[in-house]
Amino acid sequence: MTLIFEQLLNGLLYGVMLFLMAAGLTLIFGIMGVINLAHGSLYMVGALAGAWVANATGNFWLGLPAAMAASLLVGLIIEMTVIQRLYDRPHLDQVLATFSLILILNELAVLLIGRQPIFLQLPEALTDPIELLPGLPYPPFRLLIILAGLLVALGLYVLINRTRIGMLVRAGSTHRDMVRALGVNIKGLYTAVFGLGALLAGLAGFMMAPIGAVQIGMGEQILLTTFVVVVIGGVGSVKGAFVAGIALGVIDTSLRAFLPGFLRQIMDGPDADALGLGIASMGIYLLMALVLLIRPKGLFPMKG
Amino acid sequence: MTIHKYALALALTLGTTLASHAQDPVEIGMITTLSGPAGYLGQDIRDGLQLAIDAEGGKLGGVDVELVVEDDARKPANARQIAERFVFDDDIKLVTGIIFSNIAGAVVPDVVDSDAIYISPNAAPSTFAGENCNANYFVTSWQNDSLHEASGIAAKELGYKNAFVLAPNYQAGKDAVTGFKRMFGGEIVGEIYTQLDQTDYSAEMAQIRAAKPDVVFQFHPGGLGIAFLRQYQQAGLLAEIPMVLSEPSSDAVILNALGDAAIGLKTTAHWSPDFDNAASKEMMAAWKKAYPDRPLTYYATQGYDTGLAIASALKQTGGIDDLDAFKDALRKADFQSVRGNFSFGQNQHPVQDWYLLDVVAGEDGKPTTKTVRKLVENYGDVYAKDCKL
Amino acid sequence: MPRKLLPLLLIVALACLPFVADWLDQRALQSLVARIMIYAIAAASLNLILGFGGMVSFGHAAFFGLGNYAVGILYFHFADSTSLFGFIPGTDNFLITFPAAILVAGLFALLIGLLALRTEGVQFIMITLAFAQMIFAFFVSLNGYGGDDGLIIRKANTLFGMSLRNKTTIYYVILAVAVGYFFWLHRVKGSSFGNILAGIRQNEKRMVALGINPFRYKLFAFVLAGMGAGAAGALMAVFLRFASPDTLAWTKSGEFMIMVILGGVGSFVGPIWGAATFLVLHDYLASWTEHWQLFMGLLLLFVVLRTKGGIAGAIESFRARFK
Repeated sequence: MTLIFEQLLNGLLYGVMLFLMAAGLTLIFGIMGVINLAHGSLYMVGALAGAWVANATGNFWLGLPAAMAASLLVGLIIEMTVIQRLYDRPHLDQVLATFSLILILNELAVLLIGRQPIFLQLPEALTDPIELLPGLPYPPFRLLIILAGLLVALGLYVLINRTRIGMLVRAGSTHRDMVRALGVNIKGLYTAVFGLGALLAGLAGFMMAPIGAVQIGMGEQILLTTFVVVVIGGVGSVKGAFVAGIALGVIDTSLRAFLPGFLRQIMDGPDADALGLGIASMGIYLLMALVLLIRPKGLFPMKG
Repeated sequence: MTIHKYALALALTLGTTLASHAQDPVEIGMITTLSGPAGYLGQDIRDGLQLAIDAEGGKLGGVDVELVVEDDARKPANARQIAERFVFDDDIKLVTGIIFSNIAGAVVPDVVDSDAIYISPNAAPSTFAGENCNANYFVTSWQNDSLHEASGIAAKELGYKNAFVLAPNYQAGKDAVTGFKRMFGGEIVGEIYTQLDQTDYSAEMAQIRAAKPDVVFQFHPGGLGIAFLRQYQQAGLLAEIPMVLSEPSSDAVILNALGDAAIGLKTTAHWSPDFDNAASKEMMAAWKKAYPDRPLTYYATQGYDTGLAIASALKQTGGIDDLDAFKDALRKADFQSVRGNFSFGQNQHPVQDWYLLDVVAGEDGKPTTKTVRKLVENYGDVYAKDCKL
Repeated sequence: MPRKLLPLLLIVALACLPFVADWLDQRALQSLVARIMIYAIAAASLNLILGFGGMVSFGHAAFFGLGNYAVGILYFHFADSTSLFGFIPGTDNFLITFPAAILVAGLFALLIGLLALRTEGVQFIMITLAFAQMIFAFFVSLNGYGGDDGLIIRKANTLFGMSLRNKTTIYYVILAVAVGYFFWLHRVKGSSFGNILAGIRQNEKRMVALGINPFRYKLFAFVLAGMGAGAAGALMAVFLRFASPDTLAWTKSGEFMIMVILGGVGSFVGPIWGAATFLVLHDYLASWTEHWQLFMGLLLLFVVLRTKGGIAGAIESFRARFK
């Protein structure tokens, strides 16, 4: 029982990470109509910058603003130099241009930081597992990530539903031309939305830094799954990104955790492992294909 | 017409590098992985080999050599194209550098069948170790399985009765588990194959905790290993369940990235920085001078040893005009390896010693490895007997 | 005059290349050109749906990889003297493996197309990606066929008793297939099917009003494209004597897209330019610097931001300026 609960928490953590990445991507996708393959690179920039600053200053928490500032800065630079020129271009041009950005950012990171993974130690207070339930120790940093992710979700909800800029964002994702026609500074809005997405990617990168390996190319590993979340949730819908992110996180973790064991009861060990893993790695794509066939616009389609 | 001919020649030349290399230095072609998360592995092997060359002032065994390096981006087709250019256009007779077994699979047959010699500084899949061994194919690192057989021996000798094993779901991962199991002999209470691009291992941690094994053996090279071990520590398992590692999951970069978390781990290896032999000390000093900020990994020592091996052969032959003589000379392995005992077996893979190591805090506070004892001496691999060379 | 003669001239030049390369002591050039031709076929097959048909598929590597594995698996069973599914014997005969690869790729394209073509736009991009990723994950976890390490085809395929291991033989086989493929593609483009496909791309509603069922035509195009990529994948397996999952990866689909965009979307010769530029650039930069990705990225960025219609478009506007 505690095992199931623990795996659910693990799924929730993965889901929260996916949401942080997908929230920005879905807005960029939905409002500006840009397929941004370089979104994963912003995640890498955040992790690299955060880990570097935290190590250089010896203070873990200084890494957080550094990560977000670096991602924001790089995000704004690429928005103003490249992405801006892509708004009226076909998806294909966007794919090629943002793919080029991946190559450029990865290699610049190699030149600046080198090829070795960077190490980021957690502060003492966060290293020792706490006993969540009897027999269930859980790393406190993971709980913190889950909490932070949920807070960001709440913050985004307020921002989008209760503020003027949120209103523009909502309008922009459903009636792009109308908003433009109303004389709204659409260019500024686009830059702001892109910056917000970059900021969230940087936050996600920093939070993953003490858990995973901070290294070149780490962004591409999470990029595809993020796109799956965006599409399942419905392009442009932050609510969709949240629901789909959490759902995918939990489903993916559960499949990996329980499927091989379940299959082993009905077939041979090695075969069960191979099949289980095969299905688990196909799982999210299978889910995406199914959702698209039943609801082509995703779970929470934007109206208009 | 002549103008057209030259224009054509010029256009064609643009497609490849200029072929007109002068006779003099012996060229060593290195195809390795420099981009992506595994980039540091290729970088270390390259720099290790270069270190051996620099130590002799641009020579190996008294013969001028030149190292030509290209990045395969971990793609088999890229590596293959580079190999063809090396072997056919640039007439390079010595090729080395490949990190990954799947790239070796695409490149090695072509190189060795074209009268060039391939000397592997890392990957050595079983495909080329047994029946399909080749006179033009040498390995200076290890056979893939033996890396993990050493860990199996260690786990058995440490008295563990059952183990939980984990590895990524690819051939090297399966070889790792097979190798470990072959020598461990105890009960396997859990066997999990993880995904190659996995970043979160929390699901696996929970399963390990539920299974309560005596020992965990895991093989996760590079960044995967950092993520795995970090999460193992954060899940509080490090204090509860001991872990035995093989070398690729505990290279100096990984240990460095883990910091204190690594201390207390047990690992097996064919080289450790505390080895008390002249070659190892010489290399450590040279490395420290050349790359003060980078930890010396065993990958770099393998590159270095590859350089020493080539030097030992060149010293005897004075060049590579007679390839058969060069191969005969190389086979003698007449050099002082940084790992001590070293010779080539029947299949031209290393026969060497394997050690049990403890991860301890070094003088600078960063984790390093300390030799506990020798596990096996003059250990080759299980495939050598099938090789008819 | 030159426009009609140009293809002929190109074929003659390609046919002479092995001799010229030998004479210039640039024998790797032959392999580079062989790879360019293989990728040109794959990119052109993608261009058939993407450029002519307006269907942006992000999963084209699936068919390339299936063709690749068809050859690899048939050889595996041939070398092993076992049979596939217990009744299909393995073979190393190119006359069997090549059509088999095309057939397998076509069948999968039919299946995937039937489902994927119910969607359009961004959803189509993502669903094709989803199917390709599923096939990729399947082959990576397929232990019997090498999993992530792929399959080595040690002794190469044979054709009329000749070993395709010989670099010049395989070069001419690839050339023959490429010429045949582009000739066929030219006919398709000019056929009534090609016109209907273009009509669907420009205005699907109008075609429906004309009593045409767009789904059937799109599906047919999708299957043809899949078969083309399968053929290219099979050639790649024979040429490299290696079948591996990286031919199925989404990055490979991305590379095909880049070649098409680089050459000029919807241009007949575009994919040839695109494949050639991409591979030559890659090869040249990588041999020049280990930081080739930076320069590659900057060049691609320049092309996409500064040119309209890729290389083919640039050539057109250059030509127009001098008329």
